[in-house]
Amino acid sequence: MEVNYPVFTPEMKKTHKVLMPNMAPVQFRILAAAMRHEGYDMELLGNCGSQVAELGLKYVHNDTCYPALLVIGQFLDALESGKYDLDHTALIITQTGGGCRASNYIFLLRKALERAGMGNIPVLSLNFSGLEKESSVPMNLHLARMLLAAIFYGDLLVALRAQTEPYERRRGDAEKTQEKWLRVICGGIRRGKGYSQVEMRRIMPRIAREFAAIPVDRTKPKVKVGVVGEIYVKYSPLGNNDLEKFLASQDCEVNLPGLMGFVQYCAFNFSETARLYGGTFVEKHISDCVLAYIELMEKTIRSALRSNGYHAPLPFRELTKLTEGLIGTGDKMGEGWLLTAEMVELIRAGYENIICAQPFGCLPNHICGKGMINKLREMYPRSNITPIDYDPGATRVNQENRIKLMLAVARERLNEDGTAAAPHMTA
Amino acid sequence: MKVGLDVGSTTIKCVVLDDADNIIYSTYERHMSHVVEKAEELLRRVAREQTPGGRAVLAISGSAGMGMAESVNVPFVQEVFATRVAANRLAPGTDAIVELGGEDAKLLFLTGGMEVRMNGTCAGGTGAFIDQMATLLKLTADELDERAAHAEKTYTIASRCGVFAKSDVQPLVNQGARTEDVAASIYQAVVNQTIAGLAQGRPIRGNILYLGGPLTFNRALRACFDKTLGVTGQCPEHSLLFVALGAAYYSDTEFDLNAVADALRDKGAAESYRSQPPLFASEAEYDAFRARHARARVARADFPADYDRPVHIGVDSGSTTVKTVVVDEEGALLFTDYQPNQGNPVPLLRDTLRRLYAEHPKLRVASATTTGYGEELAKNAFHADCGVVETVAHFTAAKHFLPDVDFIIDIGGQDMKCFKIADGAISDIFLNEACSSGCGSFLQTFAQALGYDVRDFARLGLFAPRPVDLGSRCTVFMNSSVKQAQKDGATVENISAGLSISVVKNAIYKVIRASSPEELGRRIVVQGGTFHNEAVLRAFEQEMGVEVIRPDIAGLMGAYGAALYGKNRAAAGQKSTLLDAAELDAFRQETKTETCRRCGNHCQLTINTFSDGASYLSGNRCERPVTGKVGGEERNLYEFKRKLILSYKPGENRRGKIGLPLCLNLWELLPFWHTFFTQLGFAVYHSPLSSRALYVKGQGTIPSDTACFPAKLAHGHIAALAKMGLDAVFYPCMTYNLDEGLGQNHYNCPVVAYYPEVIAGNCPEIRDTKFIYDYVGLHRPHDFARKMHDILERHFPGIPAHEVRRAADAAYAEYARHMAAVRAEAARIIDAARAERRHIIVLAGRPYHIDPEINHGIDTLITRMGAAVVTEDAISDRVERFRTSVLNQWTYHARLYAAAKYCDTQPDMDLVQLVSFGCGVDAITTDETRDILRDGDKLYTQLKIDEITNLGAVRIRLRSLFAALEEREEAKEHGG
Repeated sequence: MEVNYPVFTPEMKKTHKVLMPNMAPVQFRILAAAMRHEGYDMELLGNCGSQVAELGLKYVHNDTCYPALLVIGQFLDALESGKYDLDHTALIITQTGGGCRASNYIFLLRKALERAGMGNIPVLSLNFSGLEKESSVPMNLHLARMLLAAIFYGDLLVALRAQTEPYERRRGDAEKTQEKWLRVICGGIRRGKGYSQVEMRRIMPRIAREFAAIPVDRTKPKVKVGVVGEIYVKYSPLGNNDLEKFLASQDCEVNLPGLMGFVQYCAFNFSETARLYGGTFVEKHISDCVLAYIELMEKTIRSALRSNGYHAPLPFRELTKLTEGLIGTGDKMGEGWLLTAEMVELIRAGYENIICAQPFGCLPNHICGKGMINKLREMYPRSNITPIDYDPGATRVNQENRIKLMLAVARERLNEDGTAAAPHMTA
Repeated sequence: MKVGLDVGSTTIKCVVLDDADNIIYSTYERHMSHVVEKAEELLRRVAREQTPGGRAVLAISGSAGMGMAESVNVPFVQEVFATRVAANRLAPGTDAIVELGGEDAKLLFLTGGMEVRMNGTCAGGTGAFIDQMATLLKLTADELDERAAHAEKTYTIASRCGVFAKSDVQPLVNQGARTEDVAASIYQAVVNQTIAGLAQGRPIRGNILYLGGPLTFNRALRACFDKTLGVTGQCPEHSLLFVALGAAYYSDTEFDLNAVADALRDKGAAESYRSQPPLFASEAEYDAFRARHARARVARADFPADYDRPVHIGVDSGSTTVKTVVVDEEGALLFTDYQPNQGNPVPLLRDTLRRLYAEHPKLRVASATTTGYGEELAKNAFHADCGVVETVAHFTAAKHFLPDVDFIIDIGGQDMKCFKIADGAISDIFLNEACSSGCGSFLQTFAQALGYDVRDFARLGLFAPRPVDLGSRCTVFMNSSVKQAQKDGATVENISAGLSISVVKNAIYKVIRASSPEELGRRIVVQGGTFHNEAVLRAFEQEMGVEVIRPDIAGLMGAYGAALYGKNRAAAGQKSTLLDAAELDAFRQETKTETCRRCGNHCQLTINTFSDGASYLSGNRCERPVTGKVGGEERNLYEFKRKLILSYKPGENRRGKIGLPLCLNLWELLPFWHTFFTQLGFAVYHSPLSSRALYVKGQGTIPSDTACFPAKLAHGHIAALAKMGLDAVFYPCMTYNLDEGLGQNHYNCPVVAYYPEVIAGNCPEIRDTKFIYDYVGLHRPHDFARKMHDILERHFPGIPAHEVRRAADAAYAEYARHMAAVRAEAARIIDAARAERRHIIVLAGRPYHIDPEINHGIDTLITRMGAAVVTEDAISDRVERFRTSVLNQWTYHARLYAAAKYCDTQPDMDLVQLVSFGCGVDAITTDETRDILRDGDKLYTQLKIDEITNLGAVRIRLRSLFAALEEREEAKEHGG
């Protein structure tokens, strides 16, 4: 079936408000700031509630993955709210172009808009793969650098808060510090400041120092939980029923591996594909260049964390080696080998209790998530991994019950060990 | 004093321990979903009778206990964890525990790496499932156990979920299988589900403990576990109380039990669930609604004992009921009869017909028409004039009430049929093949669980002020939603209304998948027994925003339609071939069942022999038991492809023996790899054709039970290869498929691409064999030979590069030859079909859908109906690349779109899409394929397939398709 859909023209930057789904609340706030600097009138969607999933169910095939239901439902809910001038509103969605069905979200979104009688609303694609040439955000070095910086800042703020909050003496300190810095960074980025390597090297340690200065009590060890999974349900509170909050209420320290890992993974896969199946010299090595550039920033963030006593994630280069004996780095659909590698990293870093979150029936995670757990248990007998499925029908009670089971085992081990080191000491 | 409270999904358990941890009180009671009230009452009882001063150390556990514990600030002990605590104390030395509860199934490994597993979103194989099945067999749970102990054999019952199992059990019952054998088969399904769903590759060995209600009460179930696991497990003392005991052992905080009970009562009073508007705001609204529907009455005529004018009889022999209708020449209703089907409709029908003849001695039957599940059986037994597929019967009846009807929805006990009407013919059909949520039995199950008769239960909801919002999901999920609503204090009235609304939402959004009511039509007839339920009827009108017609004979529409169908086709003065009174008196029926051994399908045949010597055979998937031949092989491309693939035999063995699993993409690539390795001097073997037994051998190692069935079958193939004494098993990872130029990319789906990784990570069989599963790309032939040389160098060093290149060239050539042969045969079949004026069906799926264990013989079913069958890949090269409205990036799916596009141009060709349950990619392809076909004014038919082996729904769909095509054809001829 052929459909002609509206294209987002450069002039629309001036006339249209662009709505963006909120996948990772912290990182995406800074990303939105970067897009504003680029001249887009961005608005990050915060609407949630049961009607979001319902609208998704209504306009998208019910067996489509849960993230698609939610993202599309969130858009439609916003558009139907009456808050926006529908002749001057556009939508933006990220696309990776892999072999998973996620690459089809943009098409499903367009179909849904058409069916909901809003086919006139243009949809923009944010991607690095050259997809959707007519309707994608034009990528340039300047914007790319800014987006990368946004993600790194976000990852840093998430990591710092996650490692401080469970131990803070005065409740709310870490949250306040994060909010303060989010404002500072977003303000800077919007004005085109703060995203250069030099500035990051200056600002990042300052942020970390400020978090480190928050009064904490780390004498009582906490259960340390890592969360991996399909990217949307891993990060989005809308997708994972406020998983982070729930874990915090259960007195855990949570580690959500950063969003940058996924960007690096995508970059890496480009050349890995050429290496596996053949390709030109440039194809085989271009990833190295991109990764080398990102690595410079990675060093900054790692040293900011480590020098202030925080646990820093492994450099991406190390991550690629962790799949040895588990899964091939050719598995590049969905979160692919990265998901497995993140589980290994978490286990080795003391986050042995892992939630592997995925939409019900997630295709890639049959392989790299659930498919790898047996092998991981064999290699790391202390690993305590529980896969949790999310979909509109799965109830929170059921999910939390399973997580509680994992936590009960974790707590028992924590008591047995007695002397588990405080998290910031293991860094 | 310690108190442990275990609040489960169906029962509540409580233990009281003295200071030496001796049990001084224990109780196990059903809570009938009055969770909070029951817990409160129990705590007060314990406080009064067992604990001096009402104070005790307390902890709560159980699947329904979590929210409760939190709301009153009592420590919660996760129930699996509690089981473990108790087992460590009471049964040290235990290696593994199998615990089945009302809706939970748990598996604990205590030694060799402690692990706890519990069922997630699927409640198949639990107590609720066993109860459901017992109800279906009209037995109590105890009787079921008693019967199972005397089984002689077991049948295959899908073990994924109660819904699937039901559709396997019902036909067995209808075919008259021994209850003993069915009972044992149900237990076996529970065992399989537990092993497949929870063990996930880890063997269950050593000292096994059986806990929980079903395993405590059902001896035969334990025996079934013992047999399958090869162990002798124990069901210990207090096997029902382990969770409560664990909670008690683990508790450390003292409470005033009466204060906790008070807190529970206060919590219970606060309603905090999500609600939706009431069904009726006032009595007046309700009265108007009733008055309006009372008008949809069919004309009735007197039927005195001396009635002597011609009549037409319609019989609808459904899966759970038998309905008979007699109409006069004007279509006015003379007689109706409605009876529950006790497994065999024939005696019931005989009685009804004899009664008719006896009460109306001058009866002149002009026509008799049968429809429904037992259409053929009834027709053959009583010599009815014709049979009609039930969709057409319903359409005929609906037209009588609303001549320009454009949408019909029929919700029965277990099935739901909806169809759209365009230009006077059925255009789209929606059936619930894989899911029975939203049907009558769904409401019934819940009504029973809550202790009500289904009618009273539905009525309760009519004036409920705040119906619970339960969404639209499968029955299994609905269980937990209802549980949660109860926990949140929803009254039975509001739950009843909520369930009625969810039935409707399920139908509209899950089965039909409409995005707006307008899309379905505005002139709607609703029918089927479930619409007698006023709450459901009202909810449907509310959701659709339109007033619908519910005929007063909503439950009899199939039979009524059949009668009208016969009447419309009857010649003037026709006399029916139906057995007359004397023949009916002499009528005898003998039924026996046997397993057909003529091929690997092992169909369960039911052979009915009637007094006139005629016999009727059912359960067969091909004509072999009747004629000795399958029938229609020459017009079945599936058969041709299977033969081609199976013709590859191992060649000379110079370098070693290599095995290929005959699963997923190897169904297409076998010619390639076979040639490649044969050229290199390997003897190439493949695993045998899939079978149930092969699947079962591999099911223990499946890590993700929501993966599609074709993927899960791979485990069985690997297990089979491991026993063949091979030097290596070859099963490469393939991100990319060959590029056929039809799409924007040429990926494999994630499961096909990387399933070898799952095999390597989970199948212990493979550890002793060399398993080659490197990443390989056939899409770059030049690089392929080089890369493949490197890969072989790691596993079989010393094969010269030029040999590999030569082998690669030969492999590509063989693959091309193979595809060309398939396409040539398709051309031949199409030409032959056209010469014989046969319809051509493109049975579109993936290459692996030719596996008979996956397609369940649907290809043969279609050829038996007279059509020819070709595959999507055989005609996809007949169209140029075109733009789709979805990202066209998978090779197999690009073929599907192309085949659909091609069908649009061929008047005698229609596409039927096979969709494996759980295939996420098909969530996208089905809508697109439907759209492409719609553009060409073609009907779209989708068949969902799984482990499930019931072909009843498939047959209805296909027959409806052919009926609709015929009608279109006729309309065209009449229209000029």
